[in-house]
Amino acid sequence: MVSLTDAEQAMLEGESGTATQRAMELLVRYADALGAERFVETNNVAGVPGSAPQWVKDYYAEDGGDYRAVFCRFDLDADDVFDVPRMNAFSCHLQGGMDPQLWGEQGMTEAAHDNFVSDEAQVAAHGIQILKTCTPYLAGNVPVMGEHCAWMESSAVVFANSVIGARTNCEGRESTSAAMLAKRIPDWGFHRDEFRKGHHSVDVQVPVDSIYEWGMLGYFVGDAVQDTIPVISGKISDPSLIRHKHFGAAAASSGGVEMYHMVGITPEAPNIEHAFGGAPKGERFIYDAAARKRIYDSLNSVGSSDDVDYVMLGCPHYSIEQIAQAAALLDGRKVHTNSALWVFTSRAVKATADANGYTDILRKAGAFLMTDTCSAISQAVPKGTKVVAVDSAKQVHYLPAMMGIEGWYGTTAECIDAACTGKWKGKLA
Amino acid sequence: MSTVLDKPKAVLHGRKVVGGVIEGEAMVTNETISGWGGINPTTGTIIESRHELKGQSFANKILVFPGAKGSSGWSGMFHMAKLRDKAPLAMVFNIMTTKAALGAVVMRVPTVTELDQDPLSVIKTGDWVRVDGDAGTVTVWDKKP
Repeated sequence: MVSLTDAEQAMLEGESGTATQRAMELLVRYADALGAERFVETNNVAGVPGSAPQWVKDYYAEDGGDYRAVFCRFDLDADDVFDVPRMNAFSCHLQGGMDPQLWGEQGMTEAAHDNFVSDEAQVAAHGIQILKTCTPYLAGNVPVMGEHCAWMESSAVVFANSVIGARTNCEGRESTSAAMLAKRIPDWGFHRDEFRKGHHSVDVQVPVDSIYEWGMLGYFVGDAVQDTIPVISGKISDPSLIRHKHFGAAAASSGGVEMYHMVGITPEAPNIEHAFGGAPKGERFIYDAAARKRIYDSLNSVGSSDDVDYVMLGCPHYSIEQIAQAAALLDGRKVHTNSALWVFTSRAVKATADANGYTDILRKAGAFLMTDTCSAISQAVPKGTKVVAVDSAKQVHYLPAMMGIEGWYGTTAECIDAACTGKWKGKLA
Repeated sequence: MSTVLDKPKAVLHGRKVVGGVIEGEAMVTNETISGWGGINPTTGTIIESRHELKGQSFANKILVFPGAKGSSGWSGMFHMAKLRDKAPLAMVFNIMTTKAALGAVVMRVPTVTELDQDPLSVIKTGDWVRVDGDAGTVTVWDKKP
């Protein structure tokens, strides 16, 4: 049984109100399931609190069929319905279901949009920040090293643990919604020092020096180490935020990597011994030219037609640096009449793109800069899409399988060329 | 009642994840399971490309698997399967993760882990299984006794 502080016991007994009491009840069940011995305090929570499609609301029709009913019965898994106050922790809403303006282009119905608007008003009314992104660290929530967080979104979790040195497990919807009220999360897994040490080595023997190469290496690493912690060394260079973003998202998709060490690059890996907490152990995986070729072929195994009718960029959500690059590649060109180009980012980053004129450049070329979601999350692609091209290993892992379409993986430049010509000409350089 | 058939072929001892007692038919996989992007919650069907259970439903089965993987949407997707009456009856798994723990909690199905024998080698698909979450035991028969 998890042990409780006096303050936690008081919450469990209802001294902070019914909603916090129900949140604490769920967190105690969860901590006991994990085998956690105590809680840590957190004041940085990111999830998808209370947002739900209409059928979930309808399921709780007898409880009111509204945001409140979903938050109480689904998010907190409570048997009753009660008033939900403003959240106690600093709380953020991650990605959502549609673009707030371009939802019609995405094929959403007016009824679905009304539901989206209604949920968002409730989220704001409960004091939850409307970040609406899978990259909260690019939109106003950057944790610091050692900070205990409770985050959903596997690509954000791996970034927070590995690149920043913050501490979060890959939390779920219900645990994050409860943590927003109780400001507690089980002290288990990545919150604990002993859990953050490396399990296996990855030796990089071919140069990995661009976002495209980092993405492929990430896909290799996840496939090799599954859900354990890799320690990566060798010819990996030129680290930057966007390279880590694509590497971690890929590793979290092909395996279930929630933390990685890169020797001399990430903060908890100044050297190999530190990364392993002693001598290197586990298996040693080699990333060489043959492994690189195998990963490239695997990422492109669901592509056969060269006729690309959709190009999706922005998985994880594009940074302003990537939007600037896409705008430069697209400036003065037109998206082909047989194709479409959608670029996804957060609302915060889009505001900068608007100010810099990038949104206009994309629009004049026939492309859209969209926010909040992506094609996989919203299951929205241009009507009739059969073949998609992406510059994200994570997206090519998920989207073709979810939508029953073909998919290509390549560089950002290859993707934009495909959007402007309607033809896929990508190849492994 | 005391026939040969009543004698279980194995009793495994482990740790409670979620309490409760239930019996049912086992569905066993040696592959980890993704929630978001890996299952269809409306039908309880595995949809992941190349998964050995692709196209099969775990609804009302005792799901025996190595553990959860993939997106943080695991608990949310299995929770939605519960609303559709397509949740597993119980779960038995080897690798503890936040995804599997939270999923078991919100589905409120008896769940056991850390067993003294590997459930993936002892239990076969179609075996009759009783999961006693409170006692942390898993009892296995070749067929319904």
